[in-house]
Amino acid sequence: MTQTSPAPSGAAITDFGIDTTAMSTTEAIRDYVARLRGGQLGSLPAALGLVALFVLFSSLSDVFFSLNNVANLLAQGAGQTMIAMGIVFVLLVGEIDLSAGTASGAAGAVLAMHYAENGNLLGGMGTTVFIVFNGVLVLAAVLAATLRIWPGVAMSLVALAISLSGMAANPWLEMLLALSVGTAIGCITGFLVARIGMPSFVVTLALFLTWQGVILQFIGEGGVIGISTSDVLNKVANGNLSTLGSWALFVVAAGGFAAVSLGEHFRRLKRGLVTQPTPLVLFKVGIVAVLGAVATALLTVNRSPNESIEISGVPYVVPIVLGLLVIGTYVLNRTRYGRHIYAVGGNKEAARRAGIDVTKVKASAFVVCSSMAALGAIVYSSKVGSVDPQAGGLNTLLFAVGAAVIGGASLFGGRGKVIDAVIGGTVLATIANGLGLLQQPAAVVAIVTGLVLLLAATVDALSRRRAATAAR
Amino acid sequence: MSEPLLELHGLNKSFGPVHVLHDVDLKVRAGEVTALVGDNGAGKSTLVKCIAGIHAADSGEVRFQGEQVHIRGPKDAAELGIEVVYQDLALADNLDIVQNMFLGRERGSGWLLDEASMERAARETLASLSVRTVKSVRTPVSSLSGGQRQTVAIAKSVLWDSKVVLLDEPTAALGVAQTRQVLDLVRRLAEQGLGVVLISHNMADVFEVSDRVAVLYLGRMAAEVTTRDVTHGQIVELITAGRSGELGLARPDTATV
Repeated sequence: MTQTSPAPSGAAITDFGIDTTAMSTTEAIRDYVARLRGGQLGSLPAALGLVALFVLFSSLSDVFFSLNNVANLLAQGAGQTMIAMGIVFVLLVGEIDLSAGTASGAAGAVLAMHYAENGNLLGGMGTTVFIVFNGVLVLAAVLAATLRIWPGVAMSLVALAISLSGMAANPWLEMLLALSVGTAIGCITGFLVARIGMPSFVVTLALFLTWQGVILQFIGEGGVIGISTSDVLNKVANGNLSTLGSWALFVVAAGGFAAVSLGEHFRRLKRGLVTQPTPLVLFKVGIVAVLGAVATALLTVNRSPNESIEISGVPYVVPIVLGLLVIGTYVLNRTRYGRHIYAVGGNKEAARRAGIDVTKVKASAFVVCSSMAALGAIVYSSKVGSVDPQAGGLNTLLFAVGAAVIGGASLFGGRGKVIDAVIGGTVLATIANGLGLLQQPAAVVAIVTGLVLLLAATVDALSRRRAATAAR
Repeated sequence: MSEPLLELHGLNKSFGPVHVLHDVDLKVRAGEVTALVGDNGAGKSTLVKCIAGIHAADSGEVRFQGEQVHIRGPKDAAELGIEVVYQDLALADNLDIVQNMFLGRERGSGWLLDEASMERAARETLASLSVRTVKSVRTPVSSLSGGQRQTVAIAKSVLWDSKVVLLDEPTAALGVAQTRQVLDLVRRLAEQGLGVVLISHNMADVFEVSDRVAVLYLGRMAAEVTTRDVTHGQIVELITAGRSGELGLARPDTATV
């Protein structure tokens, strides 16, 4: 039943008994089914659920599957998906970040204020608040330094520099400011959880309230700061690539995926390492290429409901989310840091004994989370066109955590991928969008979303129990 | 008899008012299995943790290959070639065998791990130990049996050109067949020229694989003897009373804390 590899270094490896490196496709599929039965479901339930939702809503509503709505859905879900991608890192180390939503809102508020006040944060905040704000940035840099998270130090200082220099408004500068404020926030959270050792639930609950207050302080009660007058800030979530750009994106994304998967596969095959069956790899690459091509072709068609203006092209949020997905996946799968994240979530004590700096890894997960949350804030603020005191509040965080969990990231730590957040985020966006089109009241949307999350958490808990019993 | 690879002299360790180790001496020789036995609370695990650098000893001398060394942390111990396989295994369930074996010491640059080299090395190590029970080195540890996990943990410890391997109750939670596998593996480690320290409660295991037995009694080294020179009963007496005829502590009553 097993094929042993053509062992490169001869006797020693053939001596390694029944080790297998290559499986036939049938065996691989059987193995996959066995793993599913053993409780390792990954993002399969969410992916199936997504297909089911698409079929359901398309049959119930004519508008749902229209190009305009699908493109809109992508932009609607992008912000919370990006926050969820950050949450995945925190879930992986076995913690929770309840403050990611309002932290993103705080970053968004700083962005909006910098834009509205033309870089004069001192004028916008008033002297006392300005001093406290910069003090917190310095504190974040110091805390990051004690944890030896140098990117955190650097970004906190960038935020400080932008804040103190009072440079005039520039959309790119504002986005950098938002990102660096997010990173600084993460340094504080990470320090409190990982170094002080407080439960992340309490720390982030407290910070959730704190950042909400900060947003209110920055924006003012009942206030709204518009940012849609900036062309760049507006286009982040509302702009589209040109037709040429869309196809270029397709070529880079699908071609890159094919090159990496196939290159890796054949390199491993040649060296006699554990590989998936070749047909399966080709199948995956083919599916991605076909789906990508279809989606690109459809999105480059004019989808404007209005005759006089043309809307076509892949929305900017797609390459943004895709880029973050690639970077996040690469970091988790291919780098030492990613390996340590999984190890800390899987068995903290084992990680510590292996010489991994558990404190630093844990803290860094919060830094990644808040930074991603800030990027999410840029996207959702751009989508709405303004930042108000509710930015990042209400359900933003719960939806982001829900997206990660629905996608298959485990609340118990150690299991999950960045793509889980993307799938889960799309599921939630689809539910909200579809039920909205069916003219269901907000009550129904909330109840359905809640039940879906409950279902996902149940699947997580059950599959975990199943995996535990299957182990022995 | 070869020179001791690892030598402890007069090691002391207290946790607050509790004096756990009193002037402990221990010699570990290459190519030998030294069994470390003692009743619960005799200080076996503490002694291992002092050697592994998890606890710092209060006083005493550690010599490694004849040179005096200071072990301040797990990294120092690892650099010397001292590896510990803990009772609770210390494997991350969500990672596969290769990932676990190289945990904390991954090959490749920080930005791109060298998976190919790690996988090869893991397979070669398992092969050199004649491990035949693992289906694939990419199997997640969560789906391994207790014996297989123990095997992986032990194989992990020899991957690093280690010279001394300390095993903390490797057979405690295993069935008969799995215990057999692990004991065979322990013997093979010694045959490869490593110094092996085996902590065990199971006298049958001790007499089967060890060359020497060191008995701890209430934090003192009661005796260090060659296994074939003593009987089962003598070892049990040494463990429970700290002395057995000529062997053991001179005045056991002073050993109480």
